[in-house]
Amino acid sequence: MSFHLFTGLLACLVAGTLVIIVAFLGLYAWPAVRLNGFSFLYKNTWSLGFLYRNPITVHGQQVLRGAHYGILFLIVGTLLSTLVALAIAVPVGVGAAMFLAEGLPPSLQTWFSFFVELLAAIPSVVYGLWGYVVVIPFLGHRVFPFLARHFGFIPFFGGAVGSGYGLLTSGLVLSLMIVPLITATLRDALVAQQADLREAAVALGASRFEALRTVLLPATRRVLIGGSILATGRALGETMAVLMISGNAVNYLPGNIYAPISTMASFIVSQLDSALTDPTGMAVRSLAEVALVLCLISIVVNGFARILLYYEGRQSARVA
Amino acid sequence: MTATPAEGEARAGTVRPTGSRRLRRRVFDSLGWSLSLLAFLLLGSATVWILVVVFERGYHALTPTILTHVTEGYGGGLINAIEGTGVLALGSLLLAIPPGLAAGIYLAEFDHGRLAPVIRFLVDVLVGVPSIVIGYFGYVLMVVDFGWGFSVTAGSVALAIILLPYICRSSEMAIRQVPHSLREAAYALGAGDARVTLNIVVPAALPGILTGILLGFAISVGETAPLLYTAGWNNYLWTGHLTNEPIGYLTYAIWAFVTEPFASAHALAYAAALFVTLFVLIIAIFSRLLLDQNARLRRRDQG
Repeated sequence: MSFHLFTGLLACLVAGTLVIIVAFLGLYAWPAVRLNGFSFLYKNTWSLGFLYRNPITVHGQQVLRGAHYGILFLIVGTLLSTLVALAIAVPVGVGAAMFLAEGLPPSLQTWFSFFVELLAAIPSVVYGLWGYVVVIPFLGHRVFPFLARHFGFIPFFGGAVGSGYGLLTSGLVLSLMIVPLITATLRDALVAQQADLREAAVALGASRFEALRTVLLPATRRVLIGGSILATGRALGETMAVLMISGNAVNYLPGNIYAPISTMASFIVSQLDSALTDPTGMAVRSLAEVALVLCLISIVVNGFARILLYYEGRQSARVA
Repeated sequence: MTATPAEGEARAGTVRPTGSRRLRRRVFDSLGWSLSLLAFLLLGSATVWILVVVFERGYHALTPTILTHVTEGYGGGLINAIEGTGVLALGSLLLAIPPGLAAGIYLAEFDHGRLAPVIRFLVDVLVGVPSIVIGYFGYVLMVVDFGWGFSVTAGSVALAIILLPYICRSSEMAIRQVPHSLREAAYALGAGDARVTLNIVVPAALPGILTGILLGFAISVGETAPLLYTAGWNNYLWTGHLTNEPIGYLTYAIWAFVTEPFASAHALAYAAALFVTLFVLIIAIFSRLLLDQNARLRRRDQG
């Protein structure tokens, strides 16, 4: 076997892992997919049914009486926490990238950037520990009551503040976890811009900041969008930190920004033990369906971001 | 505000006193720079806050027992978890490096035709698949279907799936940096594909490849979600069984013990967080230094 073929086969194996994961999860979850139908996505009940009564047979599958699987609250919780995280991470990430790329002498750039990139290196569970031990008491006792009192007129900012576990806490911590993706890709793109763009802007009388804002940032717009979508993908699938700080609400739609939530990723961890008590195995298969939905969403989001970034890379290569 | 001062002025066709215009531009400039500085300071202070919390609490939780004893209920030590983290990390690297490196070689050296871009795309998407999805996949396939139970093998394979795309892409990047002249010289001397790649190109790209592997090491030490339902947890040291023997690891101790209402459990969680964070930090700094040195060497070679 030639070397070319050998490495090619192993490369196919690596890439094929993705296909295998999707196929196997789909196969395993199939009885649950058939049972739950489309209402899985828009109903708001996750209930294993009557654990101590005899199961009934649906579509040739044993199911517990009264079992209902609908994950609307998970979809809402996942999307909202990601949205809050993006709303914080994009402006802060862009600002930090501008400072790191243009506001510092080149000799300091690498180590200052490293400081932000460290945020990506800190493990998810350490964020969870930090959030659980320090951030939740701080937000729940000081910041949230203050926000609710003085900014309660903004929709979803008023009302009960709860204990600190919830949507805004998850969004804040998630934003820190995803911001390095935005800052790092944008900073690299800004630094890689041809010097002539900046020089042309400055020659027309623009200050350094005006050149950055009116010429360099628009030129890197697609990188920013691609990086933000990658960050979205990361926020959608984050597990441990969200598990420890979101409150893990079940069958509950948040009424305001402080309310407890649950995301698809954290729900898989928090519910497997309980799902295993279902003797028909349908709960475990329904959790596999949650994993399948999450996997498909992240494939779409990441695929879109990659295509955008490839396209950008090829275009800038052609210009250069 | 829709137009910059300069644009509005040009449209109006009037000339304002230059002093006020210069002032407005200067105010706008310094406002912009301050906001971007503020954004950076926010992120920097968050980094410091997290590290200070972990190091301070972790330092106070350290006792000699932690390094000598296994976990006993909500107290004792963490030697079982430290050992388990090491075993799982090495196991996953052992499983992920050969195919990951081979795939990287393929993507860098044989990037003609239609297959390579498709593979690259799938690998990049695989990076984004949430780790809990891979963990649940591992649980259903290996723990339940294959009957391996919570075990070193199931945990290592789940971790290896996470590492594969990182190692593949970082090896590809490193191999692409090797100058073409090296390959041409080797081919001119009559060497075949395999010899050129393995004897010339890969050794030249080794620092970059090793950096990728180091980062993979850090990832495997810091991951939790893929291990929860594949490796399980064990209060005792590993006895060497590859299947059907759960194994402990540090990140589990962080998650499970910090949520218990006992001071001794908290101490274990803080100590585990200190070990994990310190390890990840050292690897991050070391690999950054390595990359810096590489860039400097390359500049010197070219200059």
